[in-house]
Amino acid sequence: MSAAPLPDGCGAPAGGVSVSAATGTQAVVEGRVTREGVPVGTGYARLLGTGDEFVAEVPLGDDGGFRFFAAPGSWTLRVLAPNGLRAERSVQADNGQVTTVEVAL
Amino acid sequence: MSRSDVLVDADWVEARIGDPGVVLVEVDEDTSAYDKGHIPSAIKIDWKKDLQDPVRRDFVDKTGFENLLSERGISNDDTVVLYGGNNNWFAAYAYWYFRLYGHDKVVLLDGGRKKWELDSRELTKDVPERPRTSYTATEQDASLRALRDEVVAAIGKRNLVDVRSPDEFTGRLLAPAHLPQEQAQRPGHIPTARNVPWSKAANEDGTFRSDDELRSLYQDEAALDFGRDTIAYCRIGERSAHTWFVLHELLGLPNVKNYDGSWTEYGSLVGVPIELGEAR
Repeated sequence: MSAAPLPDGCGAPAGGVSVSAATGTQAVVEGRVTREGVPVGTGYARLLGTGDEFVAEVPLGDDGGFRFFAAPGSWTLRVLAPNGLRAERSVQADNGQVTTVEVAL
Repeated sequence: MSRSDVLVDADWVEARIGDPGVVLVEVDEDTSAYDKGHIPSAIKIDWKKDLQDPVRRDFVDKTGFENLLSERGISNDDTVVLYGGNNNWFAAYAYWYFRLYGHDKVVLLDGGRKKWELDSRELTKDVPERPRTSYTATEQDASLRALRDEVVAAIGKRNLVDVRSPDEFTGRLLAPAHLPQEQAQRPGHIPTARNVPWSKAANEDGTFRSDDELRSLYQDEAALDFGRDTIAYCRIGERSAHTWFVLHELLGLPNVKNYDGSWTEYGSLVGVPIELGEAR
């Protein structure tokens, strides 16, 4: 019998959307950040709840990608990038669904 | 101890790059971040591979820590500057870990990797070579680390600070929202715990909020009794290391422990009490 693997840490996984999203019943929010059509590979995506309550944050991948496994509901996605660049989008997440958000800075 | 003894800013670090008595260390869960670019002269420590026992769920022992620091070229007299991603979660964890093994000359870079990146400061892929040292650690300082029996005994008696997100605290999620939710622990929180998410202690750029703001957060908003001993926990102990740093190092509370077993242990224990929903 093999031991169950230890759970991964709380920290950010490798950025980007290269990890296969096994959505199942999960509510996935993912997308990509670009500027003038070019992926923004340095920056952060933050998921905020009601009243801008912080929920999670991931570094953007080389392709500008990000992914969250959220609870179903309404969220705010905030993107931070160097030189003070930022953007905000409202997002609806639903169980078993992948909600895709494209952000152009 | 004051804030300036434990926390440095990016200008302080930039001025000391290459200083032989200062060792910059990036600590991440995702070590590919270091490989993509790091602060010049920084070495890396892998939160899992370097700091966790490869077999048991525990830290590397004293000898293991000595071997690690010796191999990385860190000496007992060096000032270690820790920084990392995730708003310094794992850097704070490493800070607590260094203190646990008696290394007092250790500071955190305020804002960590995120602020450094957002400020467009220099990153390099050059990996420095540091000559091997002969590092000597102390035995673990038990006053900084809480184990499970102590946590169960602390219910209703000490401050228990659950620093996870509200959805994890109430039992809606089992892990932070940027991770898959497949782990099979029972959801919820330790009875009598207050939920003060770690993120409330940080600004958007990852820097710590001011001492006055932090004191107000824990004392006024969360009604934490500063006269009581405190145990902080999260899911695996690194977000709670961030809060331990705030309470013990920035605000100077004397008896604060980090429970690194955290919810992945507590939520799997047989027979212990669990609460669901909002704090009572």
